[in-house]
Amino acid sequence: METVISLVPAQPVAMPPGRVFGAYVAEARSECIRYMRAPSFILPMLLFSTVFYVMFGVLLNHGDASRYLLASYGAFGIIGPGLFGFGVSLASERDGGLLTLKRALPMPPGAYLLGKMSMAMIAATIVIMLLILIGIFLAHVSLTATQMLALIVTGALGVLPFCALGMLVGTLVKGQGAPGLLNLIYLPMAFLSGLWLPLSILPPVLQNTAKIWPSYHLNQLTLAAVGLNHEPIIGHVLVLAGFTVVFLFLATRRLRRYG
Amino acid sequence: MPNTNVPVARLASAVKRYGAITALDGAELVVKPGELLALLGPNGAGKSTAISLMLGLIRPDAGSVELFGQDPQKIEARRRIGVMLQSALLPPTLRVGELLRLTASYYPVPRPVQEAAELAGVADLLKRPYGKLSGGQQRRVQFALALCGRPELLFLDEPTVGMDIEARQKLWTAIRRLIAEGCAVVLTTHYLEEAEALADRVCVMAHGRVIHEGTVDELRARVSLKRIRCITITSIEKVSAWPDVVEARLEGERMHITTAEAEIVVRQLLDADTQLRELEVQRAGLAEAFTELTRDAEQTPTADQREAA
Repeated sequence: METVISLVPAQPVAMPPGRVFGAYVAEARSECIRYMRAPSFILPMLLFSTVFYVMFGVLLNHGDASRYLLASYGAFGIIGPGLFGFGVSLASERDGGLLTLKRALPMPPGAYLLGKMSMAMIAATIVIMLLILIGIFLAHVSLTATQMLALIVTGALGVLPFCALGMLVGTLVKGQGAPGLLNLIYLPMAFLSGLWLPLSILPPVLQNTAKIWPSYHLNQLTLAAVGLNHEPIIGHVLVLAGFTVVFLFLATRRLRRYG
Repeated sequence: MPNTNVPVARLASAVKRYGAITALDGAELVVKPGELLALLGPNGAGKSTAISLMLGLIRPDAGSVELFGQDPQKIEARRRIGVMLQSALLPPTLRVGELLRLTASYYPVPRPVQEAAELAGVADLLKRPYGKLSGGQQRRVQFALALCGRPELLFLDEPTVGMDIEARQKLWTAIRRLIAEGCAVVLTTHYLEEAEALADRVCVMAHGRVIHEGTVDELRARVSLKRIRCITITSIEKVSAWPDVVEARLEGERMHITTAEAEIVVRQLLDADTQLRELEVQRAGLAEAFTELTRDAEQTPTADQREAA
């Protein structure tokens, strides 16, 4: 009996393109809702950079320093949702079996990653808008509409390389280990690329190595957005795109091999 | 179903190794449309590996795997299945209704949310966040997710673990309804009564192979042993010494005897004690059959058959 039955054509089950698109939207929507409802997850991402900015950009500094710090805490704030939004959730979903279930279900390819990406992009945009509001109303930084828009776009897109890095970390560790490892990357990287203290007051060794960190290049973009960097930015954009491709490649390869 | 011979899922000489461990060693398995196939076997027999192959989660090292005649890694094939895994931590802050709508969005013609929820007995939980549900309720929600896409084949991996008797009965009823609609089911379970209650066919696995395949009755018939129970004054030592008695023990005043020759032993019992009361003779259950089958497999493993973790 088994020999007869093997070559039967599959009965086609049509999935209209509209429904496939709907599945992507549903996945992104669920991903956003689930984290917006988890304050313990969302608040640290929103508060870390805004509290720092209130302390150092509003209370301790004025004028151009506040403008400069808006750019550097902006970069710091953008990185968080990428690293943590992706890394922590991927690590725990690999651990808890949700990723396995999603792979077994007919979820359209990439919907899982696109869903998390939209969540990180929205969170990064919210962080940047909060910082802009603090900058304008508390630190009295004057920003043109173009500058605000540039900063918001930098936030929404600048989070992507860090999504890819977070994803790579999420494929390397499982479950509870992820937040620790991510902080070990996040905080030193922020310091070494001049997001906390200006590079000019750091030792020359660190000044020279700052360029190896993706956060340095993001910071150059946020500085350009607020009008403090007049050099061409295309180089930094390309470096960030390169980081994204490499991290994404390594992460998807690991994910395919080890699940 | 147009043709009852078309398999909905099939493993042909499937081999899967994890390092030095051979989890599946040439497993043959065919799931026919509309049937419930119970996959039984001790831990490490290869059940989970077989399921993972049919779901396209892993690829075989040798042999072939088909889902509706296609590679299971093809999304078109998986749009016709529903899945309930042994453990999956779903997002705790999403409500049951939201989880159902999300899962339904993956399928071409899903059931309405209300219908899926009613089938699985979670209609009253739609507004509740998943994380606030009890373990049994969460399992029922996972079952609702498995059936919401109107699948032609449903994979249920240990579905009733953590359920009380009433919830288990309800799930069985729901499974029977799906089968009546023409849905095929692959069920793995540790509860033999579950296989007995639901399965058309039973597939027993050991050491990465299918060692028995057939109906529940055929599996029972594989075992020649019968059970005799009675209340008698004949001593247990004397009965144990009879040549046809495999085992004899006392439970309270009642004697339990296992034998392949029930007629001979019953005659001996009646001869020895004319006052003997409450005589019962039964064919051994699925549990005995299962134990005997897997014990046989245990005693004769070939060199390359190693148990998988």
